[in-house]
Amino acid sequence: MHARETYERELARLREDLLAMGSEVQRAISRSIIALDDRDVELARSIIAEDEVINDHRFRIETACHGIMATQQPTARDLRVLIAALMIAVDLERMADHAKGIAKTVTLTAREPSFPPAPDLHRMSDSVRRMLDQGLQAFAETDVELAQRVCASDDEIDHLYKQFFNVMLSYMLEDPRSITRATYLLWIAHNLERIADLATNVSERVIYYATGHMQDTNF
Amino acid sequence: MAQPPTKIQVEHLYFDYGSKTALTDVSIDIARQRITALIGPSGCGKSTFLRCLNRMNDTIPNTHVRGKVLLDEQNIYAPGTNVVELRRRVAMVFQRPNPFPQSIFDNVAFGPRVLGLAKNANLFQTIEESLHSADLWGEVKDNLKQDALTLSLGQQQRLCIARALAIRPAVILMDEPCSALDPIATLKIEELMQELKQEYTIVIVTHNMQQAARASDYTAMMMLAAGTRSGTVIEFGETKKIFTNPRDKRTEDYITGRYG
Repeated sequence: MHARETYERELARLREDLLAMGSEVQRAISRSIIALDDRDVELARSIIAEDEVINDHRFRIETACHGIMATQQPTARDLRVLIAALMIAVDLERMADHAKGIAKTVTLTAREPSFPPAPDLHRMSDSVRRMLDQGLQAFAETDVELAQRVCASDDEIDHLYKQFFNVMLSYMLEDPRSITRATYLLWIAHNLERIADLATNVSERVIYYATGHMQDTNF
Repeated sequence: MAQPPTKIQVEHLYFDYGSKTALTDVSIDIARQRITALIGPSGCGKSTFLRCLNRMNDTIPNTHVRGKVLLDEQNIYAPGTNVVELRRRVAMVFQRPNPFPQSIFDNVAFGPRVLGLAKNANLFQTIEESLHSADLWGEVKDNLKQDALTLSLGQQQRLCIARALAIRPAVILMDEPCSALDPIATLKIEELMQELKQEYTIVIVTHNMQQAARASDYTAMMMLAAGTRSGTVIEFGETKKIFTNPRDKRTEDYITGRYG
């Protein structure tokens, strides 16, 4: 039934490649949180250095998409998948930039006294990683329902972020010497919040290519 | 896009060759001054349907039409219809350019002369206008006496379009007008279609899906009706919608090249 085997192969390879990039980004995010917990500056530096690899990966995916568009004249769902893949590659690449942002902050905090425990921040990072994981799974399996659940969980992240902000504010008011530390932690929380927004974007692209409808769930 | 007025309304059209039904229950509204493309696999009745729109199939013995084709709200299959006048109003351009073995001038003059539409100075004006409209005037204006068969295939096809325009039709039916042409000549015809739709309603049958996507405003997807050897329209809508998010899985499979 498949008259276009080369084309099918190219599309399948693109999807695999995008998922591989997704794994690289997941790894960068997880390692940035480990670097934060362990105050591991070496690890943070290696995350910063490896961001280049992810950037290159994005360009490879873009080039592959352009190639398929130029040579295979995709239409309908195939075209939507390609457009979604282009956008998702950009979203993933920016998530990696935020992981790099966390890693940079870790290198700065190394000079500061150790942090107070921040359970909210860990709840945030757990939820954010779950969102990305589910967003990629939704892409792999074209699971619209799962993608919608990811979009819905962005509210939870926004809530945790707000809560964490208030906690940090109270530290700062209580003890002005904590201002630098608390600000660094807020930067990290902000990076996580942005990653959640981008994971939501990924899920929106999945809904778009599966249904042809665009919806904006980020407010 | 606001819905343009309907030029041709097809209502429950069936077409039989003897005992074989070639078209089943086709109902679509063809918009005035728009380009409507008919796409679908070979043998699904695209050309048969196109030829129903100016009763070209009447010339085939033992055929039978049921249903209605309303041109400007008049059923062209009503008894007493002047078929010659119908074919003047609904002209046709074919797959292979088919100029007469005569001069360029005589080719374009043929219709007006036969129908007694224009004489002398008027005739020359008609020919100039038709060649202009077919985007051929600049290339042939100094050689109107030249044999039409010496033109390139692309020029010959534009000459056939000029010949069709000379009888002042309202609708132009095109049956794979570019299938014998090279890519550049093809793009010229497509550009020309965009010019022509300012005045004319165009219906085009094409096997080239990218051509339908590039050149048409509306697309009708035809296919054999389930469990039959008879063609029908399975999906009809704005070309953009058909090529980005078709409703029917069979349309999706066909336009993405996964059919058959």
